[in-house]
Amino acid sequence: MSAVAHDVAVYDVAIIGAGIVGAACAYECARRGLQVVMVDRDITGAGTTAAGMGHIVAMDDSEAQFALTRYSQRLWQELRPELPDDVEYEQCGTIWVAADDEEMQEVERKRDYYGERGVTTEVLDENLLRTLEPNLRSGMKGGLLVSEDGVLYPPCAARFFTERAQERGAKLQFGVSVEHIGEGRVALGNGTEIRADIVVNAAGASAPDLTPGLAIKKRKGHLVITERYPGFVRHQLVELGYLKSAHSVSTDSVAFNVQPRRTGQLLIGSSRQYGAEHKEVDHPMLVRMLQRAQEYMPGLGQMSAVRVWTGFRAATPDKLPLIGPWPGDKSVWLATGHEGLGITTSLGTARILVDQITGAKPEIPVEPYLPSRSAQEHVHA
Amino acid sequence: MPSAVALKVNGVSVEVAPGTTVAVAAMQAGQPCRISVSGTPRGPLCGMGICFECRMTINGISHCRTCQILCESGMDVTTNE
Amino acid sequence: MSSSARQKFDVLVVGGGPAGMAAAARAGKSGVRVGLVDDNFSPGGQIWRGGVEGGNPHAAGWMERLQAAQVVKLCGMRVFHQPETGVLLAETKDEICELRYDKLVLATGARERFLPFPGWTLPNVMGAGGLQAMVKSGLSIRGKRVLVAGTGPLLLAVAASLRKYGAEIPLLCEQTSWSRLARFGLALAGQPSKIIQGLQVMKELAGVPFASSSWPVAAHGKEALEGVTISRRGKVETLACDYLACGFHLVPNTELAALAGCRVEDGYVRVDEFQRTTVPGIFCAGEPTGIGGVELALMEGQIAGLASGGRTTQARELFAERRKLKKFAAALEETFRLRPELRELPSAETVVCRCEDVPLSRLRLYPDWRAAKLQTRCGMGSCQGRVCGPATRFLFKWNPDSVRPPIFPARVESLAMAVSGAELEHQGSTGGYQ
Repeated sequence: MSAVAHDVAVYDVAIIGAGIVGAACAYECARRGLQVVMVDRDITGAGTTAAGMGHIVAMDDSEAQFALTRYSQRLWQELRPELPDDVEYEQCGTIWVAADDEEMQEVERKRDYYGERGVTTEVLDENLLRTLEPNLRSGMKGGLLVSEDGVLYPPCAARFFTERAQERGAKLQFGVSVEHIGEGRVALGNGTEIRADIVVNAAGASAPDLTPGLAIKKRKGHLVITERYPGFVRHQLVELGYLKSAHSVSTDSVAFNVQPRRTGQLLIGSSRQYGAEHKEVDHPMLVRMLQRAQEYMPGLGQMSAVRVWTGFRAATPDKLPLIGPWPGDKSVWLATGHEGLGITTSLGTARILVDQITGAKPEIPVEPYLPSRSAQEHVHA
Repeated sequence: MPSAVALKVNGVSVEVAPGTTVAVAAMQAGQPCRISVSGTPRGPLCGMGICFECRMTINGISHCRTCQILCESGMDVTTNE
Repeated sequence: MSSSARQKFDVLVVGGGPAGMAAAARAGKSGVRVGLVDDNFSPGGQIWRGGVEGGNPHAAGWMERLQAAQVVKLCGMRVFHQPETGVLLAETKDEICELRYDKLVLATGARERFLPFPGWTLPNVMGAGGLQAMVKSGLSIRGKRVLVAGTGPLLLAVAASLRKYGAEIPLLCEQTSWSRLARFGLALAGQPSKIIQGLQVMKELAGVPFASSSWPVAAHGKEALEGVTISRRGKVETLACDYLACGFHLVPNTELAALAGCRVEDGYVRVDEFQRTTVPGIFCAGEPTGIGGVELALMEGQIAGLASGGRTTQARELFAERRKLKKFAAALEETFRLRPELRELPSAETVVCRCEDVPLSRLRLYPDWRAAKLQTRCGMGSCQGRVCGPATRFLFKWNPDSVRPPIFPARVESLAMAVSGAELEHQGSTGGYQ
């Protein structure tokens, strides 16, 4: 770091956005000896990070998605002993629930897919599923248990990364808006400026505000949390129709997705909407989501729901995040576009981002996540 | 003289006058309504259904705001964990 | 699965205390269908709890007017959402209700402000209004020692009431100063009804030791309350007691108004001379517009009720009286302002958020309500910040979050109720249309 006129220090890296992805990146930068500053208009982990479910899951939607989620999941497992208690990491596992024969075939396909790639799974028939999750409605065909998946409480995880980064010298500028980034400069809303060799846009759903032309769209979701009902659900339960919903890139959709929190509260999701810009609870969407949830778990109906909230996922056209240099400006890099997998892939994102910055060899191929891929699409369009 | 209402609170038999709320029945039985998340006993605070300290399980249904529920004969009331 | 029902009203009043009863009674006239919703099992709100049955002439009088106006009473029903303009969702023990309205009167009242201090979570430490509610709901306190503490005229009313039920009150601790009380007394001089009330209360409280500039320092006991240490003029003493009735005046219930989009300023719902909020068709009366007591609530309720029916001339006739009563409200606020010493009451270990057991030491780490909420879960519990919100606002000067539905915890199936006219999939179907 060098001091220039008017005491404007030049950082190695400025990270815009202190959500879980930005915070993980800051931690990784600091860990590797880079001088880093974190900038956020709010506190750490208060945006989409705070709205998310905190599910850590190996996803098989594509090879690239699997590679990043699996890599990240392993990093979470390694980090687990160091996580403070309030991060509430629980390896409760995921059960992908099959409601019919077609979905049971999907169970088998997933088992094969994961098996070939070293992820331990177990196929559950109807009886075994009932034993493990007695509160699912009867008539479910079975499911796939992925026991290495887990859950955690995201705002505390983001705070943990931020604290770790700070301990290693990272500076924080929280509570200040960012007006403009580019050419090694971050122009802040309070009139001051930060200079850095590299500026990482980790601003999630707000990333296009800072990097015009980014093909990121907001995908609104709803969640409901209940009072404490310990033992009612033991694993993260996701219907296999979830994939059909995440597949769809243009229609509003809901899917059964229930998570047990360490507190014994149940987190009920999920919904996806395009084009919804306001953060108010969308009642018809909430109704659809909860009716779907009750179809799978009738007992949910009588439970007391304490809070409902919304959040905006950052969605890209090919459902893969943008991690790497932005072709539009030499100093701007991206770590954004994680849709519903930000919590899971925060650690892997941080690793491969900083690998690229420092020239180290990434542990997984980074080509699928390079921002230049969408620039190329632009050129060809 | 209207007859007393008999119910159980945490297994303790209680008899109350008609028009008595379940929260009061719990207080009369010397039972806390709930045990807090860090393990301390709690009783009613606000008496009007907003603090949730009085929530108990009534006949198997948990998280009932007992300060707003009248006692009925035969109710089985237990401390909400 | 609960059944569902739908009702439509010309005027819907939410809150069955004095303001709500007055609004509903005045709104009802031939041809106007009026509904009154309240979550208690009978109308009266807090101050008139059990008042109708108990023979309170004012309460009984307004109840009669409600009957005469043919107001539909929906008791045991709690509103939790306004999914769209003109539609409220509410639930009872076994029903989900959709309530449609042309005009809405919000008379949602107030709740006590609780401040944390060591031992405040012990069983038998309750609000002042809280203990009174218990007594009216069957709790026997005959021969029991009850310490009354906190601030506000509610303490006097509660102490007088508890005495009538046979409690022994060793002390009433009012945190405000004697000079403030004296000025308040002068302010009341212009209100004959208040003087009479005041004299009555004083008579009922004759013999109850009263201490100003006094507050609870700690509550003691193992499984339940055994004694309270209080501070009085700088000196500390411990009194044995069975109950502590402690509340620090009132905070308005503005959640439904905020959810419905009404402007809330400095914690109160903004209304014009006809009790109209900033949202067309929505009125607000009583404590949410400013803590002012029963008479003001009745006046505002009547004005709102009349105005909802366009009877502005009749409403205007009440303006002068309301103006007088509002002076009392302003005096109340000034007199019972919380002193800064109360910020020092909780120790580091004192639980501030009772739902999630978050102690002061953890909250102090954060700059604002939102940060504290996300990191500690303070305010995320069942009370939705109704207890810890006002406490932290006073302790740290934190500002609250924006309001989201449900404004009370509600069953998942109730949240899943589609507004009629929208798609209906898995409704509990028996309720039907009314």
